[in-house]
Amino acid sequence: MKNKIMTAAEAVADIKDGASVMVGGFMACGTPEILIDALVKKGVKNLTVICNDAGVPGRGVGKLVSSGQIKTLIASHVGLNPEVAKRMNTDIEEDKLECILVPQGTLAEQIRAGGAGLGGFLTPTGVGTIVAEGKEVINVDGRDYLLEKPLKADFALIRGSVTDQFGNTTYNGTTRTFNPMMAAAASYVIVGACEIVETGAIDPNNVVTSGIFVDAIVGGETPWQI
Amino acid sequence: MADIKEIIAARVAKELKDGDVVNLGIGLPTMVANFLPEGVNIILQSENGMMGMGAAAEKGSEDVDIVNAGAQYVTVNPGAMFFDSATSFGIIRGGHVDATILGALEVDQHGNLSNWIVPGKMVPGMGGAMDLVVGAKKVIIAMQHTQKGAHKILKECRLPYTAIGVVDMIITEMGVMEITSEGIVLTEINEGYTIEEVQTATEAELIINPDLKQS
Repeated sequence: MKNKIMTAAEAVADIKDGASVMVGGFMACGTPEILIDALVKKGVKNLTVICNDAGVPGRGVGKLVSSGQIKTLIASHVGLNPEVAKRMNTDIEEDKLECILVPQGTLAEQIRAGGAGLGGFLTPTGVGTIVAEGKEVINVDGRDYLLEKPLKADFALIRGSVTDQFGNTTYNGTTRTFNPMMAAAASYVIVGACEIVETGAIDPNNVVTSGIFVDAIVGGETPWQI
Repeated sequence: MADIKEIIAARVAKELKDGDVVNLGIGLPTMVANFLPEGVNIILQSENGMMGMGAAAEKGSEDVDIVNAGAQYVTVNPGAMFFDSATSFGIIRGGHVDATILGALEVDQHGNLSNWIVPGKMVPGMGGAMDLVVGAKKVIIAMQHTQKGAHKILKECRLPYTAIGVVDMIITEMGVMEITSEGIVLTEINEGYTIEEVQTATEAELIINPDLKQS
């Protein structure tokens, strides 16, 4: 079997300018910092980043906001990172950040649909609001729903608590967040793992993301230091 | 006199029943958990992937992998479960949350809610709020009655909606209001306020419940 374990620089080598990148986590809890750092170091530009939020300055996707590498951010909440508003409103064209806000449940389900082969789904969330603009409204048994389409990406950056050499991954606590859906919805999936173990060392009952989804594994992810 | 936020949180707590699955918004709603009547135990759902959330983690014994929706370190209660975000919002949209308690920028007499954006000024995003108010069985708005005197309980919301026709109840420092098909019914008034004062602080016309309770 192919060896998937590599350095962070090797893992992000194919991420080029203009790529779409999904990033797991919620307010950076469950975000692979080691992979974000590698992207910052690589310096690729004009990325489309799909993540629940914009992290905070210095943490999670916040680092990519600060470095000006994101062209379009698709997220549900950006209010805890003041740099986002600054970059959205800047007059300097090359620093300008486009932000597409999506209800969190819709975003999670769009990514799930992307990885699950669905053409979309119907949700009551957003009916009658600006989220509904330009979207088809379908009435089922007397209730209106919005047709929301699936989301896919070129890459996904996933954070694993324990990952085996095949890529089977477990997630501790609330780090699971968007990680399992993103692992299925992206063409190339990189896990930043806190711990790498021999294949077979994780009880199959506890595996959340199968190694079949995982293309690259990078060790050395460390839990956030308070 | 107790803090206004504590008065509101304590009154909201009385709406919750033993065993209810509840999602609390950030800020004032989080305080509701501190005022639950004796014998009432609720199960807290946290949108970032947790059922059975416990109290804030004590300094020095935090688990950095366990946070609430405000990214603060918390504990879990016996019987808790972690899940991914798609499952979390399946629980929320699927009607498995008995009550959600949130703040608001504006609420109107039709039960419409605006609490996520002030165009041109504040664009934080809706987070999980749109899903929560559409999916929860009961939506309680817990907030100060006015924004420094400016009306928040309106005939029609002026800010972009979070959702339409979803609010069941509004609880403020002045009293308790229920949204009905006829409009907003004042069901309870707090000590120290007159009906006239509550009406003056409310743009929408209040229907006064004949059995108006004083509390």
